[in-house]
Amino acid sequence: MRLTGAQALIKSLETQGTELIFGLPGGAILPVYDPIIDSTIRHVLVRHEQGAGHMAEGYAQATGRPGVAMVTSGPGATNIVTPIANAHMDSTPLVVITGQVQTGSIGTDAFQECDITGITMGITKHNWLIKDPREISEVIAEAFHVATTGRPGPVLVDFPKDIGQMDVEWSAPPHPSELDLPGYQPTTEGDPEAIGRAAALLASAERPVLYVGGGVLKARASEVLRQLVELTGAPVVTTLMARGALPDSHPQCLGMPGMHGTFTAITAMQEADLLVSLGARFDDRVTGKIDAFAPKAKIVHVDIDPAELGKVRKPDVGIHGDCASIIAGLSAASAGLERADLTTWWDQLHGWQERHPLAFDPAEPGGLLKPQGVVEELWAHSPEDTIVAAGVGQHQMWAAQHWRFEHPYTWINSGGAGTMGFAVPAAIGAKAGKPDRTVWAIDGDGCFQMTAQELVTARTEQIPIKVAILNNSYLGMVRQWQEMFYEERYSEVYLSPDLPDYVMWAEAMGCVGIRVDSPEDVVPAIEKANSIDDRPVVVDFRTDASEKVFPMVPAGASNSDVVVHPSQQRSER
Amino acid sequence: MTPEPFAGNAGVDRVTEHVLSVLVENKAGVLSRVAGLFSRRGFNITSLTVAPTGADDRFSRFTIVVDAESAPIEQVVGQLNKLINVVDIRHLTREQSVERELLLATVPLDESNRGDILKLVAYAGAAVIDFSATAVTISLASAPVAIDQFEASLRELHAQIEVQRTGRVALPRLTPPA
Repeated sequence: MRLTGAQALIKSLETQGTELIFGLPGGAILPVYDPIIDSTIRHVLVRHEQGAGHMAEGYAQATGRPGVAMVTSGPGATNIVTPIANAHMDSTPLVVITGQVQTGSIGTDAFQECDITGITMGITKHNWLIKDPREISEVIAEAFHVATTGRPGPVLVDFPKDIGQMDVEWSAPPHPSELDLPGYQPTTEGDPEAIGRAAALLASAERPVLYVGGGVLKARASEVLRQLVELTGAPVVTTLMARGALPDSHPQCLGMPGMHGTFTAITAMQEADLLVSLGARFDDRVTGKIDAFAPKAKIVHVDIDPAELGKVRKPDVGIHGDCASIIAGLSAASAGLERADLTTWWDQLHGWQERHPLAFDPAEPGGLLKPQGVVEELWAHSPEDTIVAAGVGQHQMWAAQHWRFEHPYTWINSGGAGTMGFAVPAAIGAKAGKPDRTVWAIDGDGCFQMTAQELVTARTEQIPIKVAILNNSYLGMVRQWQEMFYEERYSEVYLSPDLPDYVMWAEAMGCVGIRVDSPEDVVPAIEKANSIDDRPVVVDFRTDASEKVFPMVPAGASNSDVVVHPSQQRSER
Repeated sequence: MTPEPFAGNAGVDRVTEHVLSVLVENKAGVLSRVAGLFSRRGFNITSLTVAPTGADDRFSRFTIVVDAESAPIEQVVGQLNKLINVVDIRHLTREQSVERELLLATVPLDESNRGDILKLVAYAGAAVIDFSATAVTISLASAPVAIDQFEASLRELHAQIEVQRTGRVALPRLTPPA
């Protein structure tokens, strides 16, 4: 069958199971947009290429399938660099197709030319520049294989315009096992001997903590995790990338560790005699000052990426492989082992939980809204399996803390990269992939202004997400640091609550806009938003700008020096 | 075979560098991928050589000498292995490998140094590969420590020499040393 290169590209994407492409056309990618008209693939036309990338990420995180984005060359390609970097940090499978100038013009500074494979070399798992139309179906098969196997991540395929216009005989892509990737053979099975040693350490530990990271979700390992958790009786912390991997309501779940984690999660890791890290990477936001992190703990480190083992902290037992099979292996190896008594440890943990629960001063009638309270009401009045996306900053931390995650894949955020503006497009991508679910973006006013234009996409494409802006009229996290560490010298953080007018802006984009100024209007607004399903809704919650995120481990400090909420500081005096 | 007159007392007690023999797919941009990885991870390269392996034009071999201070070798190997085009990595220790490096040096000649330079060339097993009335170009292929000493000796004889070294190439020893 003779096809154009462009038809072969679209057919390759179809063959790989693509149902959705988030994209925006332009000169170099024009040939590829023609066969999209005849394709089974749905194309979502974004308003900015960054939106396409974050939508593809939200889609991937919600569905577990790779997100696909397509943009043109030059500025189209550079506009999607931030989402690629974001996906690389958070190990999100993404296939990005960029148009490129025709092969004969590459290297001549042609119109809308840029070296996007060079630019993205350090932030993709791999990238390709197609130079022959006969490579198309195999390269696309390789791209999907690399993006979705091993440690998942973004890949990029650069597609010159003339390649799309050439004729080529269609050849079906090879089976994944027959791809010509001699340097890429990801391991999945862990070493049984190491698993046995890890199980023995876990059985004999008196103060163990299971340190659960995003790799558990990537490995679809929540069910086997729960079995291990209940078999061993050990406490669990779920990192920012793993919220929902074990339900927050599970009695063994201590919540989130790290800079803004719960006191108990942070302190349990500090006092542990064994940390079993499952798909986590000892990120600086989790460890605090690394020399002072979990000083008494032996380390078992399970990761699909062998370069993570010992990168930050040398493990006593390092196990390279897929979390699902290794966690199941740990359970199997643990059965029948004599276990240390954890009663004393749990007494200690329960004591910390009682003394230092997550705390905030609730709103007073007629007073200002408390952002933490808004998150709790959102949780209480939305369906249990609601998907929540967040941007980056205070609102993100409050969402991670005060939403109670009961299911995996209900929390979508930008962890490693900390990309402001992530929430709205990521929520759109998640809703596009899971149209039957309620999807809330919990956003800050600073973040919202970075990518809000994608609500036009959401309205046009009938993707009715809901956005809660925790509007404190500040770049709140920066303000918090300036208050605590720069002697309240506020530099370039004030944004104004009214400019823009978020309700008018929402309405201009075809959404329903609601403003909430007083605490008694919070619940009715949420209920109204949840009742609207034919268009996006934006709720502008005017919140108290003086609220800070607690607990907090100051940057560079030891986790033992965690600062708790002021009300708990008072009660200790 | 080239004698190694300078290599006798060259034992290094502290490991200051690691030698990696890295087999890669011979694809566009692979040098850039390897070099980019080293720079973004803060690994320091002391020397790097690359050429096709000959037998199979799908592959090339890098010999990379890494500054041991800049990163644990396990990290360097682990991160390199993540590059899709990297097929195989061997960490070559001094005992388990043979190494060579090629040096070219152009040395100005005058009445005062001519005799000493030519004597040094002969003694080191180097060769004069080009000459003019006022200079010679010398080549020496030998163990890297021998090259170091030869270069130092040349510089003692003339401060204005122009040197180009290839960086080292290495392969595993066929049989362990007795």
